[in-house]
Amino acid sequence: MEKASQIPEETGPAISPLRPGEDASKIAVSGQWTLIRQKFLANKVAVFAGIIVILFYLVGLFAEFLAPTSPTLAQPRFTYAPPQSIDFFVTDESGERHWQPHVKGYTMTVNQESLRRSFVIDETAVIPIGFFVEGTPYRLWGLFEMNTHLIGPLDASKPMNLLGTDSLGRDLMSRLIYGTRVSMSIGLIGVISSLFIGVVLGALSGYYGGWTDIVIQRLIEVTSAMPTIPLWLGLAAAVPITWSPLTVYFMVTLIVSLLAWTSLAREVRGRFLALRDEDFVTAARLDGSGQARVIFRHILPSLTSHILAVVTLAIPTMIVAETALSFLGIGLKSPVVSWGVLLQDAQNIRTVATAPWLLVWPAGAVVLTVLSFNFLGDGMRDAADPYAT
Amino acid sequence: MWGYFLKRILLMVPTMFGISVISFFIIQLPPGDYLTSLLASMADSGQTVDPAELARMRATYGLDDPMALQYFKWISGIVLRGDFGYSFEWGRPVSELIWDRMGATLSVSMAALVFVWAVSLPIGIYSAVRRHSIGDHVATFFGFLGLAIPNFILALTLMYISYKYFGQSVGGLFSPEYVGADWSWGRVWDLMKHLWIPVIVIGTSGTAALIRILRANLTDELSKPYVVTARAKGLSEYKVIMRYPVRIALNPFVSAIGWVLPQLISGVTITAIVLNLPTAGPLLLRALVSQDMYLAGSFILLMGVLTLIGMLVSDLLLALLDPRIRFT
Repeated sequence: MEKASQIPEETGPAISPLRPGEDASKIAVSGQWTLIRQKFLANKVAVFAGIIVILFYLVGLFAEFLAPTSPTLAQPRFTYAPPQSIDFFVTDESGERHWQPHVKGYTMTVNQESLRRSFVIDETAVIPIGFFVEGTPYRLWGLFEMNTHLIGPLDASKPMNLLGTDSLGRDLMSRLIYGTRVSMSIGLIGVISSLFIGVVLGALSGYYGGWTDIVIQRLIEVTSAMPTIPLWLGLAAAVPITWSPLTVYFMVTLIVSLLAWTSLAREVRGRFLALRDEDFVTAARLDGSGQARVIFRHILPSLTSHILAVVTLAIPTMIVAETALSFLGIGLKSPVVSWGVLLQDAQNIRTVATAPWLLVWPAGAVVLTVLSFNFLGDGMRDAADPYAT
Repeated sequence: MWGYFLKRILLMVPTMFGISVISFFIIQLPPGDYLTSLLASMADSGQTVDPAELARMRATYGLDDPMALQYFKWISGIVLRGDFGYSFEWGRPVSELIWDRMGATLSVSMAALVFVWAVSLPIGIYSAVRRHSIGDHVATFFGFLGLAIPNFILALTLMYISYKYFGQSVGGLFSPEYVGADWSWGRVWDLMKHLWIPVIVIGTSGTAALIRILRANLTDELSKPYVVTARAKGLSEYKVIMRYPVRIALNPFVSAIGWVLPQLISGVTITAIVLNLPTAGPLLLRALVSQDMYLAGSFILLMGVLTLIGMLVSDLLLALLDPRIRFT
């Protein structure tokens, strides 16, 4: 502290990297993580993307509460019902407008030629809705018996499908919200397992060099030379159909992470090669630290920020992989709901033509998530090394 | 140069081996072997099999041999005799089924690669030279979007749009009247009309990535002293940029074959399933679902080998272009 404040400011370079009004001594004594945080917060796009990602995880966390109804509740009376929009005022007989949030009901028409039913919004039928209403009972996180939903119709027997319904009349909004939980968590769990493989192999490879390095390098090369989708297909197709949904969920997560560790291992190896001969590593070794201690206590912590950035960039790949596999019918299957399972309904172009919302909303959720993770990861990568210019 | 060439080929051998082991592993993954599935399907149709016959078949296919020996038989059949095993679903040798499909996969990937190059080169140069212009921001925005939209969602969206607004179905590579026809100008034109959707779908993410790389590389080059010198000599701006910095920044275009190709082949697989193209993708998926494992394994093996060859070609081209790589 004493020393830093003595930096003579008048002898500094003609163009100072400091913003006007900033104290030189303050930056000079800031810790690495403070610098990283400052650099990250300066990147508005990344911060915004980060907020979106957090929101998505919150939606996944409180899925039961946020979803208006159960994702598996079929309403045979309302198949392929279009999305309703929320209005806030009703006009009564005397022509006065009242505050009453509501959605409009449906009327059914039957096409005489194809004998297919279709639903249109009936402007005269008013279904009052409200916040914190009682609806389908559920167990929050499998623990707490509850029946309060954030939003729903006041009369639980009336339909409210803000994003429309699917072929069985299930509410797309509820399904999308539950799907968020599965899809987002697959990304998270998958990345943790690939982080484990990647860090261990990358660290071994970079620290020891020699034969270990050559073998692991070949392994990385083989894995990254395989076109991912055919290989994922091959592995996922081998999962027996008799397994329980939960087991399948973990298998799919494992398969998805099995190919994603290479970029992480490369990054870690590169950093290890660079840090292996740094003074602080030599010092630790001379202090008598064992190899494990040198790797995990001294080297790894100094690349945490880089690992975080790579991990953030790896999550969207996994989410897309799960979505693709489930979409093709060999990943997750009903009754599990994920974005990919939802998109399976949109596989048939005729279905999409009758009910475009079945494609638009799940696809929109996937794209928004991937985009946010990419911006967030880019921002974190830029901030990971605060000393670079 | 020859030394480098030889070294690269030798380095490819272990990778090739690894890929074949992975493919073999996938063939072995489903429980049971292909005689059990054959038996099941024969039992379904009411036939019975003589146990002696069964034992004889087990011996011919070597199903009771240790894993390593089975692998050896399988791979030596492929390398020495071009025998990829037998497809139970189709009742034909795998080698009769795959080559057409692999050819189509390769052609669509190549078309997509050409698309990636043709689009990303001008846009990348423009973005680097006119940094922070409106055009650059638009390109960056679409680039991010292109990276974020998964292939199959883009394919579905384009299919929906063309179905809704142009009233045509876009699946397949040919209209029905040209499917079995001989090659003619009409057929080529028909192919072009169908090819653009898969090419755009598959090429978009690669294009987006390449634009970003080219922009970054060219930006670095543009601030170097030799560019200032060239400008000071009085060269026209066009020459200053195209003559030197672009040529150096082009390296990633060549090395792109190496990492874009696996992406493209992956992309072709899933896009082809959505758009129902006659490439390896739909057949692979069908083989996997019906556990026709020799067919599936051969596709996975060939796709892996194809990417590997792509990487080799890109490395060699890079060495030809840039002597610094050859000699280190």
